[in-house]
Amino acid sequence: MQTAEKHIRKYTGKRYRLEKPELLAPAGNLEKLKFAIHYGADAVYIGGQKYGLRSNADNFSFEEMREGVEFAKKYGAKVFVATNIYAHNEDLAGIEEYLRNLYDAGISAVIVADPIIVDTARRAVPGLEVHLSTQQSTVNWQAVKFWKEEGLPRVVLGRETSLEEIEEIKKHVDIEIEAFIHGAMCSSYSGRCVLSNHFTDRDSNRGGCCQSCRWKYDLFEDGRPDEAWISEEEAMGDPVLQQFQLGVNQLPLFDEQDNAFTMGSKDLCMIEHIPDLIDVGVDSFKIEGRMKSIHYVATVVNVYRQAIDAYMDDPENYVLKPEWVEEINKAANRPLNTGFFYDTPDHEDHIYEPEEKAAPYDFAGLVMDYDADTGMAVIQQRNHFKPGQEVEFFGPGGTFFKQTVTAIWDEDGNELDAARHPLQKVKIKVDQPVSYFDMMRKKK
Amino acid sequence: MGYKPELLVPAGSLAEIGAYLEAGADAVLIGETRYGMRLPGDIRANEVAEAVQLGHKHGAKVYVSVNKLLHNDQLEELRDYVKALGEAGVDAIQFGDPAVLQAVRELAPQIALHWNAEMTSTNYSTANYWGSKGATRAVLARELNMDEITEMQPHLQVEAEVQVHGMTNIYHSKRRLVQSYMMHQGRPVEGGDLGKERGLFLIEAERKEEKFPIYEDDNGTHIMSSDDICILEDLHVLLAAGVASFKIETLLKSPAYNKVVIQAYRKAIDAYIADPDQYEMDEAWIESIRRVQDPERELSFGFFYKEQVY
Repeated sequence: MQTAEKHIRKYTGKRYRLEKPELLAPAGNLEKLKFAIHYGADAVYIGGQKYGLRSNADNFSFEEMREGVEFAKKYGAKVFVATNIYAHNEDLAGIEEYLRNLYDAGISAVIVADPIIVDTARRAVPGLEVHLSTQQSTVNWQAVKFWKEEGLPRVVLGRETSLEEIEEIKKHVDIEIEAFIHGAMCSSYSGRCVLSNHFTDRDSNRGGCCQSCRWKYDLFEDGRPDEAWISEEEAMGDPVLQQFQLGVNQLPLFDEQDNAFTMGSKDLCMIEHIPDLIDVGVDSFKIEGRMKSIHYVATVVNVYRQAIDAYMDDPENYVLKPEWVEEINKAANRPLNTGFFYDTPDHEDHIYEPEEKAAPYDFAGLVMDYDADTGMAVIQQRNHFKPGQEVEFFGPGGTFFKQTVTAIWDEDGNELDAARHPLQKVKIKVDQPVSYFDMMRKKK
Repeated sequence: MGYKPELLVPAGSLAEIGAYLEAGADAVLIGETRYGMRLPGDIRANEVAEAVQLGHKHGAKVYVSVNKLLHNDQLEELRDYVKALGEAGVDAIQFGDPAVLQAVRELAPQIALHWNAEMTSTNYSTANYWGSKGATRAVLARELNMDEITEMQPHLQVEAEVQVHGMTNIYHSKRRLVQSYMMHQGRPVEGGDLGKERGLFLIEAERKEEKFPIYEDDNGTHIMSSDDICILEDLHVLLAAGVASFKIETLLKSPAYNKVVIQAYRKAIDAYIADPDQYEMDEAWIESIRRVQDPERELSFGFFYKEQVY
């Protein structure tokens, strides 16, 4: 939140709608889907086996999709599938069948970048909603109108769009607008980066992105005068010119102690600006991160859920709770900023220092059961913890307390010196009531 | 049978248009940074009519690049610009943003539309989709390989344009990344000077031999490939496939270099068209390019013979 002060609220638009925006969360697998929804997501987006941009993710089979949709239904939530590659010839066969299978599995919408997948979905599976992916980098209302006329009920805007621009788009076009509000960002226009293709032969627009934008680079200036270098032959034949070339062809624009150049951006975080997003009319608040942990998804969703609900309940008296920001920071992998919503990112919005990358907290255990009479909770181990350690319990809606682990027992009542085994069920005494699906975290 | 492939060259000034047409270009691509991206120079709206006359006098086509991703605040002036291009009699407009497509269809429907969404133009069906919206040409992604291009050709209902020479854009951000970096170092850049002329480049630790040009303009930050595509040796494969337009990228090259390259490709195309069966690449053509090639930039086949994974 280093940049928070910089963004004195510039947007002062008038509220013209009080419809609750959708909170849309990433779900990298079935378990994450359940956490995202239980912790407050109105909808989740997942990847299937094909046509998605996370080829390394633990993507859903149709069977898992069905199970996910069933689970979501109990909460009144929806499941979307990202089919947002830019297709090559070889990807074309089978799109129609794949989209039909998604529809049959109960998927509510697909998130699509390639116009041919948009067109195929509209034609072959009209019941399946199509949302235009951020990969299309749509940043003006005329383009949004074009996609509305193509039959799309929703556009995910390019991350380069400001709040003011979003408001103008909403004024011109009656369409749902989805915007990323939290998570990692491409620093390029999405879809307009082939660094991975060039550095590693991995196609970024088909899910192969190796995040070369976060690598370190040295920045130089070419000191060679125009034309002096034009002929190698000439240069090699002239010892003076040759020497001259070697000295000036690589002038560094950095000192030894300087950080390297990088395109890597800080992560987006709009928790301090929920009223602005709602007031300009963003219909769906999207959290990035299908590759992120359960702890990350649950924590972030939980916080935004509370903020949105609080503002919608009583906009006039809404205040940002400091604990929301604290919670977000417990899950954050990188420093945070507000992207393009208020102004174009500058030197404070990039990460030049070496990245720490790991969130400061770990998911230690999941509450499976609680006995109010004895104050004992059954915890499924998710990371090593032991007596004497301080842990935090939290659950949907913002329930939260800290305590020290006193003693740990296994299911047969044997006392343990630590909870060592993944998914092992152990019992501990908790200071306050907990519920099934509450989470226990510990500091790393 | 009437196959007349086009040699297309971006030009940054009226003088360059003249020089490149004389060197053998059949068509020039012009425009200005306000609406088009990564052009070798700005030819503004009030010069376009003159550029068109110059081109047409040579029997050449004049296309204008309006391939920027536009924000709301430019939609109004876009309309005036498109009208002006219509009055100037340009032969085609390259677009990436659907907003441009709509403006051209409404305000200057006589102008042909060439779809150019750079790295996202990767299959024939999507090209045909834009064809159904009014485009007559698709500019293919430079990240396609030879098989993908030749296999697309029979399925295309629009012309294909393929870049055969020069550098390619590999990253485009709206952010000012060089400015930000200099500011971070405590050495802010006053008044810009981070543009094309500055000769800035990046080197990545594992690839010390490769220099990636980087520059800023009003459209943000552009990073370019470290090698120059040169498909001259295998141009006949693309010619045999029936590709309609071959583009030589002139960005960040001197007019002298560009003329040499245009001449070489001109000879190759003419020789092929004269007698496809007996065609053979003449070593002298590629040698002429090698002589003027920056020794620090490899002449490569780009992605033509690469297999990508994902």
